[in-house]
Amino acid sequence: MVERRTSSTVEASLTGLAVSLRGVTKTYDNGVMALGPFDLAVRKGEFISLLGPSGCGKSTVLRLIAELSAPSSGTVRVARHEGVPQPGQVLPGHGIGFVFQEPTLMPWASVRENVRLPLRLGGVPKAEGRARADAALASVGLADFADAFPRELSGGMKMRVSLARALVTNPDILLMDEPFAALDEITRFRLNNDLLALWRRLRKTVIFVTHSVFESVYLSQRVVVMTARPGRIEADIRIETVEPRGEEFRTSAAYSDYCRRVSAALAPSYSEQSTL
Amino acid sequence: MSAQAPVPARSSHAQRAMRFVLPVIVFATGLLAWELVVRVREIPPYVLPAPSVIVLTLIKDWTVLSQSLATTLATTLEGFVAASIGGIALALLFNQSKWVEYSLFPYAIVLQVTPVIAIAPLLLIYLEQQTAVVVCAFIVAFFPVLSNTTLGLNSVDRNLAGLFQLYGASKPQTLRFLKLPAALPYILGGLRIAGGLSLIGAVVAEIAAGTAGAGSGLAYRIAESGYRLNIPRMFAALLLLSLAGIVIYGVLALVSHLVLRRWHESALGKEN
Repeated sequence: MVERRTSSTVEASLTGLAVSLRGVTKTYDNGVMALGPFDLAVRKGEFISLLGPSGCGKSTVLRLIAELSAPSSGTVRVARHEGVPQPGQVLPGHGIGFVFQEPTLMPWASVRENVRLPLRLGGVPKAEGRARADAALASVGLADFADAFPRELSGGMKMRVSLARALVTNPDILLMDEPFAALDEITRFRLNNDLLALWRRLRKTVIFVTHSVFESVYLSQRVVVMTARPGRIEADIRIETVEPRGEEFRTSAAYSDYCRRVSAALAPSYSEQSTL
Repeated sequence: MSAQAPVPARSSHAQRAMRFVLPVIVFATGLLAWELVVRVREIPPYVLPAPSVIVLTLIKDWTVLSQSLATTLATTLEGFVAASIGGIALALLFNQSKWVEYSLFPYAIVLQVTPVIAIAPLLLIYLEQQTAVVVCAFIVAFFPVLSNTTLGLNSVDRNLAGLFQLYGASKPQTLRFLKLPAALPYILGGLRIAGGLSLIGAVVAEIAAGTAGAGSGLAYRIAESGYRLNIPRMFAALLLLSLAGIVIYGVLALVSHLVLRRWHESALGKEN
C-alpha cells in the first residue's frame, strides 16, 4: 500500500484546534489493520468521547495522539503548550496527560511519589515537585492520602491518584482510556461528576475513551461513535444541554433521547460482530 | 460453626504457635531417642556419638572449629557477593542488549548444569586454593540471581513503561525508577536462593581441596576428622554448617521482608 499522506507533505492548520488527525491508519506488525482511515478534529477545551466496540482502535487513537505509537499513514497533529515556557518551567509529557484503564501506579512508591513521577522525570526540583503533587492530590480530594501506598487505597481512589498524576504537569490535553471501566457503578457516577467539575474548572481538552453509551452522553460535548475494526467514524453526535450538568441530566428525557441516538449509531458495529 | 468474630482469629493465632512448637517437639524427641539408644546399647562414639558428646566436642574443639567456621563463612560471603554483583550486572547487560543475551546466556546455563563437584578439582589445579573455592561458590550461586533478575526486569508493567515513555524518561531514569524497583522482589528471591547455594559451593570446593590434603574450612574439618575417625568432631562441624545455613537463609529472608513489607504481596499479611 502506498502512503497517501505523510506528515511532511500536509500542513494541517491548528487554529483553535487541540488535536487533528487526518487520514490516519494504523496497521500492526501482524498485519491487523486496527484503524482507519480516521479523521478527527478536537477543539481546544472540548470534551469528546470516543465510543465503540472492543478492539475498534479507540485506545490506538489515544496512543497515536500521545506519540506512544506512530501512525502507518496520515498525520497526527497536536497543539503543543502555547507560549514560551518560563525559565525553569518544565513541561514533561509535552502538555499531554494520560489516564490508563488500570490505575497504573508504582506499587513500591507512596501516593505522593507516584503523582510526582512526571515532574521527577522532567527534572523539576524535589520541593516544588512535592508541592505540586500535593496540590494535584488535593484537586482530586485525596490530600490526606499522600503518604499512603497504592495497595492501601480502594479502586476508585487509585483511579483518582492516576488522574492527579495526569494533572500534575498541568497539561492542555487529557487523554483517558476507559478510566472508570473497572469500577462499580456508584463510584463511577461519582467520579464522572468529579471529572466534569474538574473539567469546568480547568477547561482542559479531554478525549475520553469508553464503551459505555450512558457515560459518553453524560460526560461529553461530542460523542464520536466508531465502527468495528478497522475503526472509522460512524457518527459524530453533539450533546447539547443546560450546563453545568448534574444528576438531573442523567434522568432527563433529553439524556435518554441522546442515549437512544448514540446506541442506534453504535448498533451496526455490533451486528457485524454477531458471529462472536 | 457459629461464626463469632474472635474465634477464627484465636485459632489462627494458635495455629501459628503450633507451627513453631511442633517442629521443636519433634526435634527434642528425636534428640532424646538418639541419646537413649546410644546409652542403652552402649554404641561407641566412633560409630555414633550421642548428642551430648557432640555438644561437648563442640565446646572442647571450639578454637579449631570456630576458626574453620570463620574461614567457611568468609568464603561463602565472598562467593555470595561475587554471585550477587555478577548475576545482577549480567542481567542488566542482557536487558540492555538482546545480542549480548543471545551470545552469553547458553554459557550461563552450561555453567549451571555442570555439577560443581566435577569442576572443583580442575579449578584447584589452575587457581590458587582460596580463589578456587570462592569461584566454586560463585558458579553455584550466580545463576539464580541472573535468571531471577532477568525475569524481574522483563516483568515491568506495560502501561507503566508507556507512562515513562510519555514523560520522556531517559534510559537510566527508566532503569532506576521503573525496572529496578519492579525487579526488586525477584532479585531478593534470587539472593535468598544464592545465599544457601554459595554455602554449598564453598563446602563442595573445600571437600575437593580437603581430599588434596589442604584447607582449613569446616568442610575440610569434616573430611579430615573422617580420616582420623574423629566422628564426634565430624558431627560437631556438620552441626555448625547446618546452623550457618539456617542463619544465612534467615538473614536474607528478613532483609527481603523488611525491604518489601510496605508494598509487595509476598511480604503482606494474608488478610490483604
